[in-house]
Amino acid sequence: MFKQFKQKQKAYGYLLLAALVITLFTGTVKAAIGFLLVFGVPLYFMNKMPDYATTGERFSRYMFLVISSSILVFLITPVLIIIPLSFNAEPYFTFTEGMLSLDPDAFSTRWYMDIVYNGMAAPQAIEGWWADMWENAQWIRAARNSFFIATVSTVIATVLGTIAALGLSRPEMPYRALITSLLISPMIVPLVITATGMFFFYSQVGLAKTYWGVILAHVTLGVPFVIITVTATLSGFDMSLVRAAQNMGANGWTTFRRVIMPLILPGMISGALFAFITSLDEVVAVLFIADVEQRTIPRQMFSGIREQISPTILSVASILVLMSVILLTVLELLRRRSERLRGMSPG
Amino acid sequence: MSTADISISQDGIPLKQKLAKTTALQRRRALLLTMPLVLFLLVSFVVPIGQMLFNSVHNDKVSAVVPNFADAILQWDGVGLPPEETFEIFVKDMIQAKKVREVGRTVGNLATRVNYEMPGSRSLFTSTARKAKKIKEGPYKEALIKLNKKWGNPQIWLTLQRAARDITPAFYVAALDLKYAEDGSIERADELYQIYLNNFMKTLWLSALITFICILLAYPVAYLLSVLPLRQSNLLMIMVLLPFWTSLLVRTTAWIAILQTEGIINDMLVFLGFISDDGRIQMIYNQTGTIIAMVHILLPFMILPLYSVMKTIPPSYMRAALSMGAKPLYAYRKVYFPQTLPGLAAGTLLVFILAIGYYITPALVGGEDGLLISNLIAYHIQKSLNWSLGAALGTILLVVVLLLYWLYNKLIGIDKLRFG
Repeated sequence: MFKQFKQKQKAYGYLLLAALVITLFTGTVKAAIGFLLVFGVPLYFMNKMPDYATTGERFSRYMFLVISSSILVFLITPVLIIIPLSFNAEPYFTFTEGMLSLDPDAFSTRWYMDIVYNGMAAPQAIEGWWADMWENAQWIRAARNSFFIATVSTVIATVLGTIAALGLSRPEMPYRALITSLLISPMIVPLVITATGMFFFYSQVGLAKTYWGVILAHVTLGVPFVIITVTATLSGFDMSLVRAAQNMGANGWTTFRRVIMPLILPGMISGALFAFITSLDEVVAVLFIADVEQRTIPRQMFSGIREQISPTILSVASILVLMSVILLTVLELLRRRSERLRGMSPG
Repeated sequence: MSTADISISQDGIPLKQKLAKTTALQRRRALLLTMPLVLFLLVSFVVPIGQMLFNSVHNDKVSAVVPNFADAILQWDGVGLPPEETFEIFVKDMIQAKKVREVGRTVGNLATRVNYEMPGSRSLFTSTARKAKKIKEGPYKEALIKLNKKWGNPQIWLTLQRAARDITPAFYVAALDLKYAEDGSIERADELYQIYLNNFMKTLWLSALITFICILLAYPVAYLLSVLPLRQSNLLMIMVLLPFWTSLLVRTTAWIAILQTEGIINDMLVFLGFISDDGRIQMIYNQTGTIIAMVHILLPFMILPLYSVMKTIPPSYMRAALSMGAKPLYAYRKVYFPQTLPGLAAGTLLVFILAIGYYITPALVGGEDGLLISNLIAYHIQKSLNWSLGAALGTILLVVVLLLYWLYNKLIGIDKLRFG
């Protein structure tokens, strides 16, 4: 027991020694702090291993934890790093000296203001400022387009998708495999191909460069997500509830509204959220089908990155990250609720 | 009356018949529920893709601009030069075509169409269209050749004859880096013009590489998530799901900020003294940038299926193997790894399918050498306006993806797909 304890102590000692060497080598403490975070946290977890573990097991476990935590860091860092970057006072895409030393002057919200000002006729005017912003600010316009298109296409996709999922999950459904793979294929077929086909066809029928063209495209791309989530909810659905309802004299619509819908609602909502975020993030179809009139946020970002890259994009991106955090929270709550409804333990 | 005949319902119809009727009704009802969406997708998705398939073999620019000539040249036997009447029809059609201003039916469209197959012939058509009205009377053959002696070359007429067919395999010939030889047979294009096959190969190779990196990175993470207690794994799951839910453009922007020459990684390396200030590494706007950004974007698609499979593997199996004296590596290889194969297959196919059709990220951070086949398709649809070639390339990509999709369905089943 005591020997094990000493071994654990020794590991921390080596870690501190390595940090010290790094500090001396690079002449800065920051690198050493980073090193301690990356290697120290796994060490802490490793030391919670049972005492009978051999040194070899400890070492491989340690390496495993270091590797997997660095992969997780690789995943999350790019998403989080743009938030501090967006508060840069300078028009650069990197941390300035001032930002690193936490100088308040090096931070500003000018790029957030720029989201609103960009494209406005008179950003300093007091009279008519709101109308000017609502009509002319480029990003505001793009946001309005994005939310309008996403809302309409989500509603259509959810309604059509839920009805189809109800049919698909019936045990007597014929050609189930074929129809399911057809309904999910918009998710699998490369976007460029879908967009090219739509561009050809929609131009002929006069849907190109219209809101309805974009909405139609986004419904198509959002439907697979609704199908997948709603059929998943329905897979654990107890069909005897439906029979019970019908036994009590409820007609089809009442059965759906009072029995089926409350139970599959979490699945419907998460499907709708998937469809919403797909539409909000979609840019290829917009690039092919839409005109300047229908510019959405991702379309604006796309040309922003290509043509005049400025930190305004970073501030827009930060707002979008915040939105995904909210969305993720809602989804998690829904998942828990769904599992509670179906009588499963949360987890 | 035997007991077997008793199963008759109250209204006198055999029960079996009645059951069959009810089942048929139920089947029809279930099918009917899916119909609105099926019809919707037919119009918004299947027909457009069919349109693209059609465009890849259909191009009527010749018959739209010079319709009479198109009919005439198809009658020609292809020996020597076409007969005098065909020349006459051609001159008259060209004079007529010159007056047309309607988009898609101008001499320019015709010239571009022929130019695809005979590079450098464009000006021949435009200049002839300008001067054709000077030819008032026959013999048209001599007059036309006097106008431009290139009209005396049988090759141009053979090319025109090929292009006059509305349904043509010519764009698949071009998409597969082939060309028509002088005698009309198909041969490999010159080294310099071999763009598409190389790009297809590059796309497949990069997708395979990205998929492989994703497997390497996803496996340990998925394993960690599956063995940790629920509370901790849910917390770490956020680190996978948040990027998954974040806009693709946001993540691409973030990688530009991190990887560019004035970006965070280069700044850090300079600051730590690993590289000098003018020796900054170019990590974006090339293949490296495409690979890094795409691995980051596609990694959750590998982690999630792997995780859901690993979670169902009871830890007691490994313990049993170890207690029976298996070395950890052996036990892992023989007991644990085979059980993760379904998740691995699902993730691999999904990531590969998504990678070969990727457009946005290569377009933004790919520079020159990081462009994939999707970018070439978009280029032909939006910039060079060679729609038929873009459609042909798209069709080839679609066939590859559908094959993979079929494989996925066969092995895993698309209805097993879950998010989060």
